[in-house]
Amino acid sequence: MSAQAPVAPAPTEGAATAVATFEPVIIGFTCNWCSYRAADLAGTARVKYPPNVRLIRLMCSGRLDPTFVLKAFSEGADAVLVSGCHPGECHYIEQNYKALRRFQLLQRTIEALGIEPGRFQLVWASAAEGVRLANEIARVTEEVRALGPLNWPAASLVDIDGVDLEAAWEATGGDAGGPPETAGGVNPDHATAESAR
Amino acid sequence: MSPTPKSTGAAKPAAKPAAKPAAKPAAKPAAKPAAKPKLAIFGAASCGGCDIAIVNIHEHILEVAAAFDIVLWPTVMDGKYSDIEAMEDGEITITLVSGSMRTDETVHLARLLRRKSKFVVAFGSCASEGCIPGLANLSSRKQIIDTAFSTSSTENPDGIRPVWEYQAPEGVLHLPEFEPMLRTLDQVVEVDYTIPGCPPESTQIWAALQAVVAALNGTGPLPPKGSVLGAGESTVCDECPRKRDVKKIDRFVRIQQVAGFDPEICLLEQGLPCNGPATRDGCGALCPSVAAPCIGCYGAAEGVIDYGARLMSAYASVIEAQKPEEIDKILDGIPDPVGQFYRFSLAGSLLRSSKSAWQNDGE
Repeated sequence: MSAQAPVAPAPTEGAATAVATFEPVIIGFTCNWCSYRAADLAGTARVKYPPNVRLIRLMCSGRLDPTFVLKAFSEGADAVLVSGCHPGECHYIEQNYKALRRFQLLQRTIEALGIEPGRFQLVWASAAEGVRLANEIARVTEEVRALGPLNWPAASLVDIDGVDLEAAWEATGGDAGGPPETAGGVNPDHATAESAR
Repeated sequence: MSPTPKSTGAAKPAAKPAAKPAAKPAAKPAAKPAAKPKLAIFGAASCGGCDIAIVNIHEHILEVAAAFDIVLWPTVMDGKYSDIEAMEDGEITITLVSGSMRTDETVHLARLLRRKSKFVVAFGSCASEGCIPGLANLSSRKQIIDTAFSTSSTENPDGIRPVWEYQAPEGVLHLPEFEPMLRTLDQVVEVDYTIPGCPPESTQIWAALQAVVAALNGTGPLPPKGSVLGAGESTVCDECPRKRDVKKIDRFVRIQQVAGFDPEICLLEQGLPCNGPATRDGCGALCPSVAAPCIGCYGAAEGVIDYGARLMSAYASVIEAQKPEEIDKILDGIPDPVGQFYRFSLAGSLLRSSKSAWQNDGE
């Protein structure tokens, strides 16, 4: 499972010496016209933001299908950040309002499923707000770090190859109580971060 | 395999009931042709509604019995698991599995039937997406058993709890073990076809069975693996006779909260949370036609990965509000989002369960 780990979050400066820093994996959906350009601006201006966020560019925040968010959580993301143009400034007139409504509705649903609201956040950022976006990413990263790993086990519990569900379950910490830590739904990125320190 | 589907289908049913009125329809008397394809119908964790829906194809059931040798159908006739175990691999032509995977026994039988069958069909909502039993994935195993055995409404003075193994004087007894999470059939074995619905409409079942029989007789194409049979490829809205025009809503209500719904306008536009926009067609839009909002029993429409996600997306698109507070006020009209968006599909959704179900942190 940890073999195919994608780009590991480069341990932030001093992580080698720090004790057991949890590096969250955050999937960030940005829009082509504002927030992605804000991230770009942060880059050209050499404003630093944590490497924990993996930005994915959409044409518009209104393109954000709730499926993307649920898929991210089910496949190991610790948090999802959605970012788009400020209300009233959408390149496609009012699609970011659609994103806002989807966000609020999805927020309620995942909360009912036990995912903390802090793991799913919405940030508006215009193309000129590179610093603001960088600061928001840093804030979200710290909030998620405090929440700890999510390690949603869904995908690892598919039994199509005859995996013993009970054993897989115990490996996630299921009935034994306590948060899952090893095997099961462990995020490969987490494993890499741990072995890196 | 069996020659000329139409003539055998028509001749047998007439002859058989006359000869042996009270006999089981399929098993013994039809043993003569020997080349009849075998059919198994197995209900795992289900309510039995799917079996009733099959029987509801009425006299066509005789044609099914004429076309197939029914080797297992626990709800309707006798049949021994040991007979299935004794079969060659792939000996059963088609197995219909209704019901979800709740105990290790159902998982074992699903695997056994998979091995013995050429085609396995996830029959009905439970097998294909978890259905109502799948909502148990909102609670941990301990919470579920506590509710069943230890709540104040339960008469259980000795505090008896289920055990999976029991040492009786005669030996160790094994009971089917309640698994930590309810799963759909395709999360346990490979599934060839899906027939959606809770339960599937009988006309659709018959149409699907006819297609399969035609394919077996070489008179029709075999549907590609993974196909959804007995349903459409669009949404319930497509079949719904109601009119849609404004596509904007400013509130969600329950049907008892408002007097006088318009009989012709879309229910969602009138504020009733109707699941039509995400639900596969094939039922004939029975519910919205009589002013009951669609609850989504036919599962996700073609191409939809996560049913609830599609529905949330659809609702969010028609809500008429731009300020977060206003949006929240409208969304308060959906007090139970998981029940609304995943009533039939939680176990088959991307997240599959709630966090407390798999972390057991409810205790």
